Amino acid sequence: MAEQQYDAIVVGSGISGGWAAKELTEKGLKVLMLERGRNIEHIKDYVNADKEAWDYPHRGGRTQQMIEDYPVLKRDYPLNETNLDYWCSDKDHPYTETKRFDWFRGYHVGGRSLMWGRQSYRWSNSDFEANAKDGIAVDWPVRYKEIEPWYDYVEKFAGISGNRDGIDVLPDGQFLPPMDLTCVEKDVAARIKEIYKGSRHLIIGRTANITVPHEGRPGCQFRNKCWLGCPFGGYFSTQSSTLPAAMATGNLTLRPWSIVTEINYDKDKKRATGVTVLDAETNKTIEYKAKIIFVNASTLNSTWLLMNSATDVWEGGLGSSSDALGKNLMDHHLGNRAGGIIEGYEDKYTFGRRANGFYIPRFRNLGDEKRDYIRGFGYQGSANRAGWGHDVAEVSIGGKFKDALTEPGGWSIGMMGFGEMLPDPTNKVTLDKTKKDKWGLNVLNIDCELKDNEIKMRKDILEDAKEMLERAGAKNVQGFEGDGTPGRGIHEMGTARMGRDPKTSVLNGNNQVWDAPNVFVTDGAFMTSANCVNPSLTYMAFTARAADFAVSELKKGNL
Amino acid sequence: MINRREALSRVAIIMGGTVLGAEAFLTGCKTNTKGVTFSQADIDFLNEVGETILPATNTPGAKAANVGAFMQTMVSDCYEAKDQEIFMKGMDELNAASKKHHNKAFMESTPEERTAFLTELDKEAKEYQKNKKKEDPTHYFTMMKQMTLSGLFTSKIGATEVLRFVAVPGKYEGCVPYTKGEKAWATS
Repeated sequence: MAEQQYDAIVVGSGISGGWAAKELTEKGLKVLMLERGRNIEHIKDYVNADKEAWDYPHRGGRTQQMIEDYPVLKRDYPLNETNLDYWCSDKDHPYTETKRFDWFRGYHVGGRSLMWGRQSYRWSNSDFEANAKDGIAVDWPVRYKEIEPWYDYVEKFAGISGNRDGIDVLPDGQFLPPMDLTCVEKDVAARIKEIYKGSRHLIIGRTANITVPHEGRPGCQFRNKCWLGCPFGGYFSTQSSTLPAAMATGNLTLRPWSIVTEINYDKDKKRATGVTVLDAETNKTIEYKAKIIFVNASTLNSTWLLMNSATDVWEGGLGSSSDALGKNLMDHHLGNRAGGIIEGYEDKYTFGRRANGFYIPRFRNLGDEKRDYIRGFGYQGSANRAGWGHDVAEVSIGGKFKDALTEPGGWSIGMMGFGEMLPDPTNKVTLDKTKKDKWGLNVLNIDCELKDNEIKMRKDILEDAKEMLERAGAKNVQGFEGDGTPGRGIHEMGTARMGRDPKTSVLNGNNQVWDAPNVFVTDGAFMTSANCVNPSLTYMAFTARAADFAVSELKKGNL
Repeated sequence: MINRREALSRVAIIMGGTVLGAEAFLTGCKTNTKGVTFSQADIDFLNEVGETILPATNTPGAKAANVGAFMQTMVSDCYEAKDQEIFMKGMDELNAASKKHHNKAFMESTPEERTAFLTELDKEAKEYQKNKKKEDPTHYFTMMKQMTLSGLFTSKIGATEVLRFVAVPGKYEGCVPYTKGEKAWATS
């Protein structure tokens, strides 16, 4: 098995890789999907999906051994007992940090599509125009009108539940029925609308959880166990959605344990010829050939792969003829939040467990408003009734105390900001040639921090949250300044951006590498700016669009 | 279990007055813990402390959920070394305080004596927690009480017999009527 030929190779099997495989196979191409980690089969391998807290020795928490074993993952909530196997081993997959960057990764079939937060929002046209308007970075080579039909297309298949809210900054989509707001959320939404005269909105989150049966998937059962893998196919993942569709064509070959170490490049034809794979289990090297390569290894790993490819032509790798490869790393900055108590509603409660919350779309720097920073932020949060952990007045030991705890406590509301991070060329990744992983591969160095614009914005995130909650009637409102360390948003973007000029961008407006038009990068690496909404839906739309373009170019003989 | 959305709305939980517990799950432990050993007598003792905090009423209490064994697991696997030490010493201190309070070791005390004593100790622990510096250790009784609550309410007995639990709700309703006396949901 020295060489094997396919029509297309997809590197990576997460959200965008799954979409690439589905689209390319459905258009009749023979596709090889390569995944660096193990296989996880839908339902069968969701080993904890039906466990409850009491089925875990530490009730889902974290042990000291886990903390020792996962020096990166321990930095935030992902380190836990319930889905530990879905996060890659920090020890096997080191990287170096010039400045702290929390990189939380999933190396297995499905990637982070199994654990993602599922919030799904469209960009508006003003988001695509923002770089040009502000005169920063480079202009997006795409506008909303071009991507709109592809948002429609991916939403219809993936299944996004949401309400058509008619908000300019957050275009409506092809939604399945929305989930409920709680009684308190509904009333707070009405108050915010009135107080801010329709300029601010509290809406139900738009999420890739299917609220009705959809595309052969039974649907969300409101267990709130999404990140364990869902036996009901209740949320979009590679396994529940794109992979079965791709498999059904008979055109897909999936190969786990395949670390793609290089895109092979023919400098005379200026085309990629295939990829080199290092088998993660046997350490054998295999070459695969294809007419088209889709790079969907997750943002930073896609850039790592480009940096390791065609180095005989360009020392810095494929895409380094521009000044953009590895640069302009972005995330969303989180952490600043506020919460308060809502009095009353003692005769109201909820049924079921909603794996969703409310969303407050961006309201800053729209129209004529000019803050001391540019761009904006959104909030995610929820208002719920406390369970057994609530305070009990009067008694604190004994039968009365226990019985009081077994009834629900009061209502509270909390929300956290997700802020836009501007592209900045000094926020970057490079190959660290001083350190290798256990396969002998150079690791990435990450050098990234929040800059002035983000730091100024974070004040508004905190103060606006407090003010809105107070004005909407919450009591005892408290703000918290969180840790805005980049990476924590788990929304890595940029480092191989698209643009209009090959000197300042790695990709063109069709996600093609300028220097290798049969190589398409359609995961977060292509992002030219970050906006403040959760990015995965946009990766899906660009991937489907790029796959359509790739196949039509292939048919025309242009690739 | 704390997933991303719950982590984001953690603030709501805190504001709602989570006495204890949830944050401990997230914080976990930092330094190596070796050589903590619990005897069966320790576990029995902790079960009795737990049962005094959350006794059987018309629903099962902490002992039925074996919170003593739960504390053993959590202290052994999840506590930092310095907190382990405080907890282990705390068992002796609790006994000493019991003798000081009503001239009887805790295990020899009547349920009424235990309740009166732990009510006093709880006040003392709360006062300490309120006034302590950030770097000061947690009071041992606060640890015991935290784990009694999480130990019972996240156990199967606690979730299904003391609270209300539906494994597969099948739907979500954001606004349903509630009548005083109805149980809280075990998980959100």
